[in-house]
Amino acid sequence: MKRALALLPPLLTLALILGIWAAFTGPTGLPSYLLPSPSLVGAALWSGLVTEGTDWPHLAFTLTATLVGYVIGSIGAVLVGALVAESRLFERFVYPYIIAIQAMPKVALAPLILVWFGFGLASKVVLVALICFFPLLVNTITGIRGADREMIEMARSFSRSGWFVFVHVKLPAAAPAIMAGLQIGIVLALIGAVVGEFVSSDRGVGYVIGSATVNMNVAVMFAGVLELAAAGMAGSTLVRWLHRRIVFWEGRPSHPSAES
Amino acid sequence: MSAVPLSLSGVGFAYPGREVLRDLSFTVADGEFVAVLGPSGGGKSTLLRLVAGLLPRSAGDILVKGEPVRRPRQDVGMVFQKATLLPWRTALDNVLLPAGFRRGASAAELERAQALLKAVGLPDAAGLYPSQLSGGMAQRVGLARMLLHDPDLLLLDEPFAALDAMSRERMALVLQELWLARPRAALFVTHSIPEAVFLADRILVLAGRPARVLLDWKVELPRPRRPETMADPLFNELALALRHEFDKVAA
Ligand SMILES: Nc1ncnc2c1ncn2[C@@H]1O[C@H](COP(=O)(O)OP(=O)(O)O)[C@@H](O)[C@H]1O
Ligand SMILES: [Mg+2]
Repeated sequence: MKRALALLPPLLTLALILGIWAAFTGPTGLPSYLLPSPSLVGAALWSGLVTEGTDWPHLAFTLTATLVGYVIGSIGAVLVGALVAESRLFERFVYPYIIAIQAMPKVALAPLILVWFGFGLASKVVLVALICFFPLLVNTITGIRGADREMIEMARSFSRSGWFVFVHVKLPAAAPAIMAGLQIGIVLALIGAVVGEFVSSDRGVGYVIGSATVNMNVAVMFAGVLELAAAGMAGSTLVRWLHRRIVFWEGRPSHPSAES
Repeated sequence: MSAVPLSLSGVGFAYPGREVLRDLSFTVADGEFVAVLGPSGGGKSTLLRLVAGLLPRSAGDILVKGEPVRRPRQDVGMVFQKATLLPWRTALDNVLLPAGFRRGASAAELERAQALLKAVGLPDAAGLYPSQLSGGMAQRVGLARMLLHDPDLLLLDEPFAALDAMSRERMALVLQELWLARPRAALFVTHSIPEAVFLADRILVLAGRPARVLLDWKVELPRPRRPETMADPLFNELALALRHEFDKVAA
C-alpha cells in the first residue's frame, strides 16, 4: 500500500507530460514528422513488441552486445586495476597512459573498431568493453590505494600473506569504489552499443533508430529510444541493487557510539 | 627458558627528513608488562611498528627472542589505537582473522574464539558486524583477536585512547585480567599516566626530539590491581612524580 502510494507522484508527472505532449501534437499541433503524438508512439511500441514482435531480435542484439562487452570490460578493468595498484613498476610504466586514454572520448574510436572487428556483434562488444573499462579501472585503482593503512598493517602484523591482505583487506575496501564504477559502466555500456550500431550495423535498436531517421519515421525512433531507456533503467537498477547487497557495510559508521 | 622476549640496543629511526627515535636500549623480560609513556607525536607508534616488523630496518638492533626482527612474526601480536576491525566481517570472523576466518579455522580455534569473546565480556556479539558495536566493544574484539593469535609478546598502541574515561578504566581491568590469565611480555603505549601506573610493572618515559628513554621506573604495586588501587598512596606518589618529570621535560 505504502509503495503504491509512493508511485503516485511520479505517475502524476507522467500523466501531465503525456497530456501536454498530446495537446501539442493534436490536429492543430505539430506535424507528426516532427513530433508524433503519444498514441502514434504507443502504436509503434505495440506493433514492435506485441503484434508484429519485430523489435525483439534488435533488442536482443543490443542487449547481448551491451552485456557481453560490459562483463568483459569490467573483469578486465578490475584485473588491470589490481595490477596497477599493487605493482610499482606497472604504475610507473603504464599508469600515465591510462590517465591519458581515460580523458579521450572512446566513441571517437568507433569507426576504427568497426573496420578492425567487422560490422557484426564483435565490434559492438569491443566498443562497449572499451567504454566501460576506463572509469572502472580508475575506480579500482583509487579504491585499492585508499585501503586503510592501519587495517593493512593489522593484517600484516598477524603474519598474513600479501595475497591474504589483498583478498581480504584491500579488495573489500575497494568494493564500494568498484561497485560505483560498475554503475557508471552499465550506463556507458548501453551508450557504446548504440553508438556502434549507429555507425554501422544491420541489427540492433540503434540500427532501427538510424533507419527510421532515414524514413522520417519519428514514431519508430521514439519507440526505440523508450526501449533503450527501459533497458538502461533496468540495468542500473539491477547494479544498484547488487551494490547495496554486496557492499552492505558501506555508509555505516564503524562505531555508532563511544561508550562500551 | 628461551631468550629474552624483547631487547633493543642503540635503536634509532628516521622518516625521510625527520629523526624520530635515537639510541633506545632496553629489554622486556618474560611476563613483564612495560608501559611506554610519552607525548603525542613523540615516536611511540613508530617504536611499536619497528618492533612489530612493520617498518624497514632501523639503526641498532631489535631482537625478539634473540632473533633480529625483519618482518612480522607469528609470536608477536599488536593492538592498534583504532580497533581496525574489518567492517565486512562479523565479530567472530574478525577474532578468527589470525586463523584465516571461519573457513580456515580448526574446530579448536573456533571454540577458542568463542571463549575469548566471552572472556572480553561479549558473549552475544559473535554475529554482529563492527557497525553494530560501540567503540569499547570493538576494542574488546580487537583484544580477543590478538589473544587468539596467542603471541608471546604483546604490543598495544594506545588501545583505549579513543574511549571515554569510564570505558577506559573498565578496559584496563579487562586487559589486566586477560594478561594475568597468562602473563607474558607486553609493551603498552599510552599517554595517560594513571593508565600506565595502573597496568604496568615498569614504566619507560619516551621524550625529546628525537625521542629517547628518559626514565625507567618500576611499579611495585601488588597484583591484581583493582579500582581501589588508584587510591593507594604509592599509586598517587608515582603518578605525581611522573607528572613532575613530564613538566620538566616540557619546560
Ligand atoms: N609514515 C610517516 N612518514 C613520515 N613521518 C611520520 C610517519 N608516521 C609518523 N611520522 C612522524 O613521526 C613522528 C612520530 O610519530 P608517532 O610514532 O606516530 O608518534 P606517537 O605515536 O608517539 O604519537 C610524528 O612527528 C609523525 O608526524
Ligand atoms: Mg601513536
